[in-house]
Amino acid sequence: MTSRPASLPALAGLAPPPVPAAGARLSLGLDAVDARLGGGFEVAALHELYAQGEGDAASVAGFALLLALRCGRPGPILWLREDRAARYDRPYGLGLADLGLDPARLVLVQAPDTLALLRAGAEAVGCAALAAVLLEPFGKAPAFDLTASRRLMLAAARSGVLTLALRSGDPVPSAAQSRWHVAAAASLTPGANAPSSMSGASAPGAPVFAVTLLRHRSGIGGFATRLEWDRDSASFTAPRSGPAPAAVPLRAAAAPESGRRHAA
Amino acid sequence: MAVDGQALAAGLAPGMRLADARARVPELLAQPHDPAADAALLEWLADGCDRYTPMVMAVPPHGLVLDITGCAHLFGGEAALVDDLVTRLARLGLTAWPALAATPDAALALARHQADCIDDLPIAALELPEASELALRRAGLLTIGRVARQHMPALAARFGEALPHLLARLSGAIAVPVTPRRPPAPVEVERRFAAPLTQVEAALAAIEALVVRAGLLLTERAEGGRRFDVALFRSDGHVARLVVETAAPVRDPAVLIRLLRERIGALADPIDPGFGFDLIRLMVPVTAPLAAQQLQLEGGSLADSEVGALVDRLGARLGRGRVRRLVAADSHIPEQAAFELPLGDAATGAAWTVAAPGEPPLRPVTLFDPPQIIQVIAEVPDGPPRRFRWRRQTHDVVRHEGPERIAAQWWRRADGAGLTRDYYRVEDSNGRRFWLFRHGLYGSEKPDPGWYLHGLFA
Repeated sequence: MTSRPASLPALAGLAPPPVPAAGARLSLGLDAVDARLGGGFEVAALHELYAQGEGDAASVAGFALLLALRCGRPGPILWLREDRAARYDRPYGLGLADLGLDPARLVLVQAPDTLALLRAGAEAVGCAALAAVLLEPFGKAPAFDLTASRRLMLAAARSGVLTLALRSGDPVPSAAQSRWHVAAAASLTPGANAPSSMSGASAPGAPVFAVTLLRHRSGIGGFATRLEWDRDSASFTAPRSGPAPAAVPLRAAAAPESGRRHAA
Repeated sequence: MAVDGQALAAGLAPGMRLADARARVPELLAQPHDPAADAALLEWLADGCDRYTPMVMAVPPHGLVLDITGCAHLFGGEAALVDDLVTRLARLGLTAWPALAATPDAALALARHQADCIDDLPIAALELPEASELALRRAGLLTIGRVARQHMPALAARFGEALPHLLARLSGAIAVPVTPRRPPAPVEVERRFAAPLTQVEAALAAIEALVVRAGLLLTERAEGGRRFDVALFRSDGHVARLVVETAAPVRDPAVLIRLLRERIGALADPIDPGFGFDLIRLMVPVTAPLAAQQLQLEGGSLADSEVGALVDRLGARLGRGRVRRLVAADSHIPEQAAFELPLGDAATGAAWTVAAPGEPPLRPVTLFDPPQIIQVIAEVPDGPPRRFRWRRQTHDVVRHEGPERIAAQWWRRADGAGLTRDYYRVEDSNGRRFWLFRHGLYGSEKPDPGWYLHGLFA
């Protein structure tokens, strides 16, 4: 599924030599968090971003796009979605530009179902000319299982493409390098025109993400932190008044899957 | 009522009433007339006749005109071509009345009236108004040959300009071209098989050979194809088609073969070889200039072509409209300010506007289409929202900014009407950010304006 080298001798000659991208790291721009992750996200790997609640899908998508923006690879960012999701909402170019991402870099692929999405995703991850691939299966997507994630992980390791799975529901066993919970968090920096209304409430500020590391393949302990996106420096910053990344009790973070780890 | 050969032999005739016919032949089998099915069958036959010449014209209700100029020798002469066609149709259980003539009109008339030469055709072949036909018959001019020998200006004076014109069309004095059902493609390659191919794999191998030949032709023309049609002609007359479209001009056989395999893999009903394919044709109807390529030293163009190949593969499998890019448009209506286009469509949009430095994002990451209705509680009817309910969940607004007032496009509408929208960026107690709007100004435009959720911020 990932490739058909036997039937394509001519193409094999065209492909550039595989780049040893195993060491490439995606720094969040926040020393404390990067240090905990051993330098940042592994670029040539699959990372899973789970929406913490039902309404956090937009935060997950935003966080994934910002990771793709920071991964340091040139080339387009491929975002795979399903028909069922596209029926409700669609990526909005002006909003992406407001995050600091050039919408022209984005390639949107719409798959009819989860299986088609995974097939297309596996093929896309194998294309080393892409910067990142975002896979957004609709709903719980049981078809996105251990096998599918392992396939994506291997393809990402080979091509060096940052691969992000945007998921919802309870975490399921997978071969991903890391697994995160992402949720929206309250604005910390007030907007430029903060005292904007008669009621005195301040305006929503820059995006803030509450991210929790649930699991990491290299055994990094779980922790939770808040990340604020600073568009002007294209970097995550520590919330100015927020707490430093505090370790959450690992047991609590890992508890939901302790029983499933054997299955994985 | 129409009749077939057996019914004719039993003494029935077209135009007879069904009750009369049943009285004469009690065991008569009658089928209701289905013009749509007849037309579909004619189109299907016309598809199959593509094997002889690209110039095929369907003449409803039951005529097919093939322009075989310059094609007949490929089939061993005109007579052999007609024989082949009649045999194939007979295999389908269809009776054909073939006729060969210099013009489409003459051929149709000869076939309809089963005459051997134009002069012997009855004047009914001219399809004149009834009065004119009766007058000609009274004058003793029963065949076309006799009419054609008359003094033309006199005929025109008596029966109008139409008659000489029709005669000229029949005789070929006025050239009436055949309008083909599809324009001939700039590049076409085909291969015929003496023994029909009954294996899909064999057909694929043949297609690959054709792709290589088409690639050579395209290289000679310094062009690449944007669209490739493969027509697989089955020996029973059915034609299966495969269409592949690419974002950029392509002529590399390896890429094309891979795209065609993707397309075959994505077919809803697999290709059925049936009794075998006896002709496979590859057409390249859309071409674009494509110079001979040299790899750049920096590898820039290689990466571009790699992404292009991926996009083409995904497009071939999922459908070209499913691989899109975002394009900005010059509009202040939020949902019209950005749209999606299939990748490869050469339309450049407006430039993207970016918020000022230090400003938080003013537009959401995702937009609902259509906006979702929400129930809102506000302190005052034209004030900011306090609390709203969406998807059975209540959200308390903690922070808000607005309104950002966006007027309707009154200059586009004759009545100048349209509701103004007041947009608010709000944040709820969980930190989630929403883009809401009130549809209509309270009081002046609408007594009870509705609220909608238009997008979600990251």
